[in-house]
Amino acid sequence: MSADPLVSLRGVTCRYASEDVLADVDLAVAEGQFVGVVGPSGSGKTTLLRAVAGSMRPVRGSVTRRPGLRVAYVPQVETIDWSFPVTVAQCVLMARVHDRLWPWTSAAERSAVSEILARLDIEHLHDRHIRELSGGQQQRVFIARAMLGEPDLLLLDEPTSGVDVRLRHEILHLLDDLSARGLAILLTTHDLNGIAAHLPHVVCLNRTVLGAGRPADVLTPDILERTYGASMQVLEHGGMPVVVDSFSHRHAPAREHAHDHPDRSLT
Amino acid sequence: MIAAELLRPFEFEFFRNGLVVATMAGALCGLVGVYVVLKGMSYIGHGLSHAIFGGFAASTLLGINFLLGAGAWGVASALMINGVTRRRVIRSDAAIGVITTASFALGLALFAFFDGEGGSFDAALFGSILGVGTQDVIAIAVVSVLASTLVFLRYRALLFTTFDPEVAEVSGVNTARMDALLMLVLAGSILATMKILGVTLIAAALVIPPAVARMLTTSFSRMLWMSSAIGACCGFVGMNLSYHLDVQSGPTIVLVAATMFAVVFMATGPLGRGRNRDLRPARAG
Repeated sequence: MSADPLVSLRGVTCRYASEDVLADVDLAVAEGQFVGVVGPSGSGKTTLLRAVAGSMRPVRGSVTRRPGLRVAYVPQVETIDWSFPVTVAQCVLMARVHDRLWPWTSAAERSAVSEILARLDIEHLHDRHIRELSGGQQQRVFIARAMLGEPDLLLLDEPTSGVDVRLRHEILHLLDDLSARGLAILLTTHDLNGIAAHLPHVVCLNRTVLGAGRPADVLTPDILERTYGASMQVLEHGGMPVVVDSFSHRHAPAREHAHDHPDRSLT
Repeated sequence: MIAAELLRPFEFEFFRNGLVVATMAGALCGLVGVYVVLKGMSYIGHGLSHAIFGGFAASTLLGINFLLGAGAWGVASALMINGVTRRRVIRSDAAIGVITTASFALGLALFAFFDGEGGSFDAALFGSILGVGTQDVIAIAVVSVLASTLVFLRYRALLFTTFDPEVAEVSGVNTARMDALLMLVLAGSILATMKILGVTLIAAALVIPPAVARMLTTSFSRMLWMSSAIGACCGFVGMNLSYHLDVQSGPTIVLVAATMFAVVFMATGPLGRGRNRDLRPARAG
């Protein structure tokens, strides 16, 4: 990690009611870094994002943000009320909540919205209602809203959940592009292989950080077993780790070659 | 002849006051109701109107100014409901049920214990054109101006908080303050419209106009003014019908609104129903 991170968590513990959802978490995100957080359901991934974003206060430990840090958050699409009466442009414009006292949109804002929509290839959807979009378009709208706030750090909660393989790669490629332009990104996902293929830095989380580093160093049978509480196989393909989602082979040796087991499904 | 008959009630000051208050009450409830409906707060609106009944009873029987007594009671209930809802210790509907029904029951008990006047009791429950005075016109005008000013000046923050409160908070919106402001405006609206609409029917005035507007538009800003216009229209027509049919104002206004809902629902067909169906769209690849 960089010596001067955008945000750093030291010994962070977050609690809902009397239960620690995060315990003693240390994490730092540096400028331009692209980090993926994986872990089972209920492992505290969303809480970690909330702690980084500042919407959840830790009961112990500290969260230090660089002064003036602009954070944008893309929630899980499942949390969105798709029947809410807003168009794509109105939704994206919410990022400019503090810019003007008046409700109506300025010419500069209209231009900024069009520009960001064009950058994400959804300018033609400008006046569409949000429920009329495909899954990938919906995800892009919320990324566009986040980008309009010109953030230094983009947080995404499971941006690839419930989407097919093509769309998953489309979203991760888009985030790759944004990361390449210097934007720091922290996302959560269940997609171990997508993260291994696209992200340079992975964090395994289950209440606390069980591993952090390059996918090849972190997505190991040992760390994955401690993270998910079940043994998992990791193969190697093209220099990248490939996690096999098949517990029936839990006792098979790890680090095999992928084409030796064509019948196994990949996560 | 018919026109003369229709215009006859305008000769009476009480009717003119009632008509102004009913029209403004419809517009106000239509405006505030957009947030109530979209935030899924319909039950809070319903509960809060019942809670304020306790304050109404207490202020009536103790001879305190209605707006001050019930107002203080309403604000306290609104903040209590807001606080309980945000804490999430118990489910919000249960918490609202406890606070509001207890307050409503207290109002009923106070009326029974002190042998309160039947007229004001019925008027509080179902609304009445009688007894609407200049003070009521001023009260509803003040609340309408405050609510409109809040919606105008905090339009973006309220929209963001209503649509996506978590991200709004991350983006620097004080969502707790927005929710509290909204609750206060809701309490003020209920208080100002209680005499004309009645405790038991205010919830309908808060819910039906936004529901009709939602069937007619997919734009939030259009929904705001359409809901207000529909509410005002229902108030105006309902109050006139109330006089000519000799039925209490609250039920008449609500029945006009319900009729409008039914007509728009049938007229918009699958389009309107599709807009209101809370389903996730199929994910396209």
